[in-house]
Amino acid sequence: MSIETPTPKITTTNLNFYYGKFRALKDINLSIPASQVTAFIGPSGCGKSTLLRTFNRMYELYPKLRVEGQILIDGHDIHDAKQDLNLLRAKVGMVFQKPTPFPMSIYDNVAYGIKLYENLSKVEMDERIEWALQKAAIWTEVKDKLHQSGSGLSGGQQQRLCIARCVAVKPNVLLLDEPCSALDPISTARIEELVHELKSDYTIVIVTHNMQQAARVSDYTAYMYLGELIEFAETEKIFTNPSRKETEDYITGKFG
Amino acid sequence: MSHLNARYMRRKLVNKLTLSIATATVIFALFFLVWILWTLFAHGFSYINIGVFTKMTPPPGSSGGLLNAIVGSLYMVAAATAIGTPVGILAGTYLAEYGKTGWLAPTTRFINDILLSAPSIVIGLFVYEVAVHHVGHFSGWAGSLALSLIVIPVVVRTTENMLQLVPSSLREAAAALGAPYWKVVTNVVYRSARAGIMTGLLLAVARISGETAPLLFTALNNQFWSSDMSHPISSLAVVIFQFAMSPYEDWQHLAWAGALIITLFVLTLNILARTVLRPGQESS
Repeated sequence: MSIETPTPKITTTNLNFYYGKFRALKDINLSIPASQVTAFIGPSGCGKSTLLRTFNRMYELYPKLRVEGQILIDGHDIHDAKQDLNLLRAKVGMVFQKPTPFPMSIYDNVAYGIKLYENLSKVEMDERIEWALQKAAIWTEVKDKLHQSGSGLSGGQQQRLCIARCVAVKPNVLLLDEPCSALDPISTARIEELVHELKSDYTIVIVTHNMQQAARVSDYTAYMYLGELIEFAETEKIFTNPSRKETEDYITGKFG
Repeated sequence: MSHLNARYMRRKLVNKLTLSIATATVIFALFFLVWILWTLFAHGFSYINIGVFTKMTPPPGSSGGLLNAIVGSLYMVAAATAIGTPVGILAGTYLAEYGKTGWLAPTTRFINDILLSAPSIVIGLFVYEVAVHHVGHFSGWAGSLALSLIVIPVVVRTTENMLQLVPSSLREAAAALGAPYWKVVTNVVYRSARAGIMTGLLLAVARISGETAPLLFTALNNQFWSSDMSHPISSLAVVIFQFAMSPYEDWQHLAWAGALIITLFVLTLNILARTVLRPGQESS
């Protein structure tokens, strides 16, 4: 099923995904609107992370995984032979479940992605790093220790550092794979605020186990179950008036 | 309840028993280690003096030292490490990072495991055949080659293991920024595994410092000063072997001194590997 949404950023057509012989995604047809927050919800193993990881072809790091069907980002087929994989990933940023600071200083963590594609002067680099850290609402906490190791930060700070690192390369899509599941409620609240602030500039897709979180941060919500997209609509509609019984059962806690 | 209690008592007993056996084996192993160290110090320490480090190996009956042997050992160990490190690290990287599909990686891993447990005398014979017999004379290079063949499998194995310890989430995070895979490996994965890889390297160096068998047929020995790697060159291990077997007392004393020097060198490397590199792993 699919519904019409304003200016789609990411469109999937009959998307199937296989872990070896296991079919983890079944004919997903989805249009993710630009400059909005879209949440993927559903019980464990329903394929929401798998779906997210097809958008930057992250699964290609591993053998025996493959995709069938089409994914368009800004109208371009991301599996097209002309599409450079690394450039795609620079454009489609991703933040993971566990914070993953690189074993280097806070400054170098943020500079890492920038240096891959841009040759900035010291001043420009400093500015960009401050900009990214401010975007991720962590600048005031780290501005005096930019040259200390990133792993010395708290979990919530590390996660915001990872968001800064991601934002620094100026992607236009942000994929968040359960970004708050390893964080305490206060850090979670900060990241959610951040998602709100970032959505004017980025198309954000967030996978979450937490339905309240989906309700709080997203404009659109997709409910998935056993590799199928059960329902996709405005978040308000999904949570107040879902059209499918399965969705309602999950939302109300009768199932899952 | 009584049934449960009996089970609990039995478990406690088994626990006590295994713990005592484990403790006993630790004491057994440590006992011999301490004994070896004690014997070395008791016999070797009094013969260590300036002369050992400044004079050449003497003919029987005259005084001398181990300078040519120490230098020869250092040269060959350095050359073997210089050959073995890049090969070992690159091969280990291939196994851990690139050989996820296909037959090359499993085959290499299997052969590497055989090489890892190959008796060093076999490696010595092999190098004798390819690098001494065909060339026509013994040489320091042949010795280094034999030692490097011992370094390579150790470094391959530790590099692969250490790289596998790096969580894949770190690789994904770097790749997600658009980094090509070789940059992911060199900038991020190596950095995380650096301490572990260095430890493996130091342990490999420690291992070859005392190897005798592969040098007997390759570098042979040289009673005089020589730093020419294309000719026979002396080494501590071979000198110890030769001097300890000799009937001359002053040679035997030098052998004890040499044995103590090697042991202290290896001990230092091990302690370095454990102390200096460990904190680096946590802070980096």
